[in-house]
Amino acid sequence: MAAEKQIQAPFAPAELAREPLVNNNRSVGWISDQVSAITEGKTPTWWWAAFVPSFLMMCLLGCMLIYKCSVGVGVWGNNHPTMWGWDIINFVWWIGIGHAGTLISAILFLLRQKWRTGVNRAAEAMTIFAVMCAGIYPALHTGREWLDWFLFPIPTSNSLWPQFRSPLMWDVFAVSTYFTVSCLFWYTGLVPDLAILRDRSKTKIRKFLYGLFALGWTGSNRHWSNYEKCYLILAGVSTPLVLSVHSIVSLDFAVSQLPGWHTTIFPPYFVAGAIFSGFGMVLTLLIPLRKMCKLEDIITMRHIDLMCKVTLATGSIVGYAYIMELFIAWYSGSPYERYAFLNRIHGPYAWGYWTMMSCNVLLPQLFWFKKIRQNLLVVFIASILVNIGMWFERFVIIVISLHRDFLPSNWGYFAPTWVDICTFLGTFGLFFTLFLLFMRFLPMIAVSEVKGVTPQADPHHSLGGAPEGGPH
Amino acid sequence: MSTNAKAYGILAEYDTPADIMHAAEKVRDAGFRKWDVFTPFPIHGMDHAMGLKNSKVGWFGFCGGVCGYTTGMLLIWFCNAFDYPLIVGGKPMFSPFSAFPPSYELTILFTAFGSIGGMMFLNKLPRLHHPLLKHGRFAQATHDKYFLVIETDDVKYSEAETRKLLEATGSKHIEMVEE
Repeated sequence: MAAEKQIQAPFAPAELAREPLVNNNRSVGWISDQVSAITEGKTPTWWWAAFVPSFLMMCLLGCMLIYKCSVGVGVWGNNHPTMWGWDIINFVWWIGIGHAGTLISAILFLLRQKWRTGVNRAAEAMTIFAVMCAGIYPALHTGREWLDWFLFPIPTSNSLWPQFRSPLMWDVFAVSTYFTVSCLFWYTGLVPDLAILRDRSKTKIRKFLYGLFALGWTGSNRHWSNYEKCYLILAGVSTPLVLSVHSIVSLDFAVSQLPGWHTTIFPPYFVAGAIFSGFGMVLTLLIPLRKMCKLEDIITMRHIDLMCKVTLATGSIVGYAYIMELFIAWYSGSPYERYAFLNRIHGPYAWGYWTMMSCNVLLPQLFWFKKIRQNLLVVFIASILVNIGMWFERFVIIVISLHRDFLPSNWGYFAPTWVDICTFLGTFGLFFTLFLLFMRFLPMIAVSEVKGVTPQADPHHSLGGAPEGGPH
Repeated sequence: MSTNAKAYGILAEYDTPADIMHAAEKVRDAGFRKWDVFTPFPIHGMDHAMGLKNSKVGWFGFCGGVCGYTTGMLLIWFCNAFDYPLIVGGKPMFSPFSAFPPSYELTILFTAFGSIGGMMFLNKLPRLHHPLLKHGRFAQATHDKYFLVIETDDVKYSEAETRKLLEATGSKHIEMVEE
């Protein structure tokens, strides 16, 4: 038996080494030191340089919203026949961006993609802030925003109830559930990491605040056992949730009779587009941040590479949907349907259509090449272009479909007003202000999750203390 | 250790996940009930090493989900078909199909609340005070050290014997924790 083993030894298959998730074999303690340092050190100059303009832009948003509420919805460019303009474009765009965060935190968790741990916290924060920006628009486009509480089934002296047969009502439930569950999921993930910050804090105020929000977490294994089950259930329900949210958003359009909107392909096509744009935003945020916060060993080139691949896959699904839409428009035989799509291609807004096509379909094809996926500058620029492309997708769907419908006497041309533009810029201010505050005060990497995927955390690995060459 | 404070338990520190896992197996086999392991991250296989059963959080989530779906369906039926029936576009007053999307969302919402509430309830959190959190060395439990604590309330506990058991598991640092 022993002799047999000796003979076989040189021929034993070499174990395939997996690329590590944390580079340079960093220890478990290094991960908490490095991530906590972002919240502990002196505020870096670049942070102020980013925060001040973001904050000013957020103030601009405040002014625009006050102006809009006091004057009325006429300050926006929406007018007959384009009754939905930048408000709904920006709503769909922002909420779509949020979807990547949930995909990373929930769907990749269920698929056991361990690399998600490096990026999930920041992506979930992005989700929450993007949904906040999105929520502003439908709340304000109602015109009389002080009556928005009519959207919820609250008993009133009018005895009136919301009308649940309308997809707009479904949207209220979908978006508010999405926001609530995303916050719960994010906070549940934060609890053990807040305990890390609590246990490291040097000042009383930090100890008190982090201690308060860490809810008395001790790292007990009896707690971890319930915690992990809870996290699994949250991931399990967030997955159908994220798929349903953008499906329901798409039903706002698809349930109507308008050519260009009345399409059965919308739900999956919107979900793929949402994830596509969300990964664009994750890349836009994390490529500079990993450098600024010295997190290159946690958000590695492999993470960037994998995110580019997801962008390529979802971008190609979106491209397929665009072509399928064109085919169905021709195949339907409906002259209105055909005209709606011809009008997109060479109507007065053709520039919007071709911007969308080149940014969403052609550009991501570059990610087939590893050289490009490894070039941070190219990836960064491409990620911004992806989001521009996805903004134009919503522009194409909403404005181009509305501006020319069945009757030529009903046609018009839409242009945004300065209020539209400033409000949109203002939502960026809100988004970046919140994101910068988040990364300065909360752990922007899911520390305990990243620790859990290192070999040092595996009791059956030699780095985790198992005897060398022991059973795996 | 001061003499007037009651001891909470005995704390043993370990350096690697493998060490604490083997220690947990020994403590489990010795038949202790009131003891726990504290780690910076969940260690795969630790539930088995401690002899823990599958977590019950799932039941809380499930009950939440059932409540959510029922609430959604009943609410929509009550609003649109019972309390104030109003014909809109010739559609039925109540249809399970148009009532499905909001009920689906409420199922998810209530499941999330149910499982988080269940997790908090089972873990007895939030808890703003814990004897271990006062202990200086224990702060490393969220950083890179692994701790095992046997409470003095355990029927099998005896200071000398338990300390000997923990020493045998290879802990480098053992000390008492006050209440």
